[in-house]
Amino acid sequence: MGTDVEQWKDELYGTDIRDEIERFAEEGWESIPDDEQDAWFERFKWYGLYHQRAGQESYFMMRIGPPSGVLEPGQFRRIVEIADEFSRGPAENPEFGNGWIDVTTRQAIQLHWIRLEDVPEIFEQLEDVGLSTVQACGDSWRNIVGCPVAGKDKHEHVDAETLANELHDTFKKNEAHSNLPRKWKVSVTGCDEGCGQGDINDLAFEPAEKEIDGETVTGYNIRVGGGLSRNEPRLARDIDVFATPDQAVDVAGGISALFRDHGDREDRYNARIKFLVDEWGPEKLRETLQVEYVDFELHTAGDDLRESYSYNAGEADGKHDHVGVHEQVDGDYYVGLNVLVGRIGVDDAYDLADAAEEYGSGEVRLTQRQNIIFTDVPESNLEELRSEPVLEEYSPDPHPFQRGSIACTGTEFCSLSIVETKNRQVRFARWLKENVELPAGVENFHIHLSGCTASCAQPQIADVSLRGMKTRKDGEPVEALDIGLGGGLGEDPQFASWVAERVPADEVPGAIANLLENFAEGRDSEHQSFREFVAERDDEELADLIEPEETEYDDPYMHNTKRTWYPYAEDDDMDASPAPARADGTPITSDD
Amino acid sequence: MPIALRTLDDGAWISVNDSRQVSVSDVWTLSRGVFCDCEPAYVLLEGFFDADVDGRVVVTGAVGQCLECGTRDTIERLPVGRMVDGAFCPYDPECVQWGVEPDGERS
Ligand SMILES: [Zn+2]
Repeated sequence: MGTDVEQWKDELYGTDIRDEIERFAEEGWESIPDDEQDAWFERFKWYGLYHQRAGQESYFMMRIGPPSGVLEPGQFRRIVEIADEFSRGPAENPEFGNGWIDVTTRQAIQLHWIRLEDVPEIFEQLEDVGLSTVQACGDSWRNIVGCPVAGKDKHEHVDAETLANELHDTFKKNEAHSNLPRKWKVSVTGCDEGCGQGDINDLAFEPAEKEIDGETVTGYNIRVGGGLSRNEPRLARDIDVFATPDQAVDVAGGISALFRDHGDREDRYNARIKFLVDEWGPEKLRETLQVEYVDFELHTAGDDLRESYSYNAGEADGKHDHVGVHEQVDGDYYVGLNVLVGRIGVDDAYDLADAAEEYGSGEVRLTQRQNIIFTDVPESNLEELRSEPVLEEYSPDPHPFQRGSIACTGTEFCSLSIVETKNRQVRFARWLKENVELPAGVENFHIHLSGCTASCAQPQIADVSLRGMKTRKDGEPVEALDIGLGGGLGEDPQFASWVAERVPADEVPGAIANLLENFAEGRDSEHQSFREFVAERDDEELADLIEPEETEYDDPYMHNTKRTWYPYAEDDDMDASPAPARADGTPITSDD
Repeated sequence: MPIALRTLDDGAWISVNDSRQVSVSDVWTLSRGVFCDCEPAYVLLEGFFDADVDGRVVVTGAVGQCLECGTRDTIERLPVGRMVDGAFCPYDPECVQWGVEPDGERS
């Protein structure tokens, strides 16, 4: 199964792919030999290009991953300009128009409808401002996630930004780590709020202190083997290692090399390091790392700060996200803006770029809750910034249902997804805001919608977890969602338990409304969080609290959206697809 | 003529001769006993593995879930289409697949 991919990678992978992309771009889409397409599309991923799903052939998704989501002044605007010029599809999306950027849960940006012929020009424009798509997809070091307000944050204990950048500089285009058995997701957290979400990454650096030779040193505890995909969610496991900031890059390289050499290359389903940790246990992993992959004595774990983790934790205290106005260590402010389901149309994006430059430093940082942050806003600019019209929609003070919504790409573009996601989640949030009262004191309520078990929307760590499914309603297959409850990170992370399965998508808003009503009636007091409420009950009790029902909510995506070439096109039939197309958009007819 | 047959993108597709032909997320109709005790069973396929060709019939392993009884299981050698003059002709997921034996002819 994995042997084809391993063979293609053996033949040509890593930085060598660049010349081939340039060559195909020069000669046009049709120059990719028919019998080599699978191989090339697999390789293109290493340069951040992902071939879109069936019905959209010759169009690509492009991913740009800045470490810790930090876009320096000018970089956000450049991405918007690229989206404006190159990311336009053959049909409109009814919620978002045509031309937008998507902020992802791993602090990257995704553009769609990219044509191979435009890629060299786009690469040049990105490199011109210090950005790159290298290793954004494919079997290697992905974008390094971490505290997006590192360097500015009052909650910071270790300099996470420096380490994230060192890791980025060391392991991007690093031949020894270019070809791993599978994707490799790394997180660096430096704060006491846990906003790096290390628990769900392959390799996590978490802030810690350790007494070494009579002195207290701040550095990182290491966890390995977290991840949410494939119905096999795992929390990263403590391997009892403390790394000083000086050791951190070597430890990361050691574990990456261990994965390179010992990960399963025979079976891609079993390749992620979480399965190796399952098989070996953390002790054997530590021992192998010590004996074979580092040339210094590893410290045992130090004292961590997990007790105070509040990010995405679903508990009553602490910050759950970066939305809002927050003072920085230097007395300026950072302003977190809500981006519903992570998508920003290009016109709004230009306005946001203007505002970031006018009122702040021009930096725009991306968060793991699909939001953006302006940094370095002087106190005297706050009021004017808040009165900018574009901040009405991208608000620092959004309604909880909008603030809490996350959605993955879905059947609009993704091969894996089972259901439509982003437009649906926008409609869910709108309906809930208009029709449902949140129980007293509930300011954060996270609803994550993922189209499939790959779990890109991180559904298992939300108050309400939604996962794409199908069911039969009135004799017809329709799009449906599994509903899970009570997930969250924090000191004691917990994955949601899937208590209601195959709920027709048009009955889900009604189910959430009823659930919240039952929560308001049944909670101990107004101080009890939803997560605490769920933790006190077993799955059967919880299932009874979800009462799916049809409401006024109207769902236009109940049909098999995957069987369309584009779910929102006027004629959405696969046969009406304009793909594949030449660089100018004219369809290429197949006559073979 | 040799056929290039493989699953792609974490089992989201079956590729036949470098063309993505069979996708996950369709509901397949299977007769009783092939997957669970429902008659017929409506099974959402969520991932493919071990695509193979048996004579002219393309068969695959799949992970799926029955939409009625909720059974989640794997299925071996499900026929998903056949080769006719070197071209792949997909079966219709909504037509009952009576069996999954290697030379299984569909109804
Ligand atoms: Zn069944």
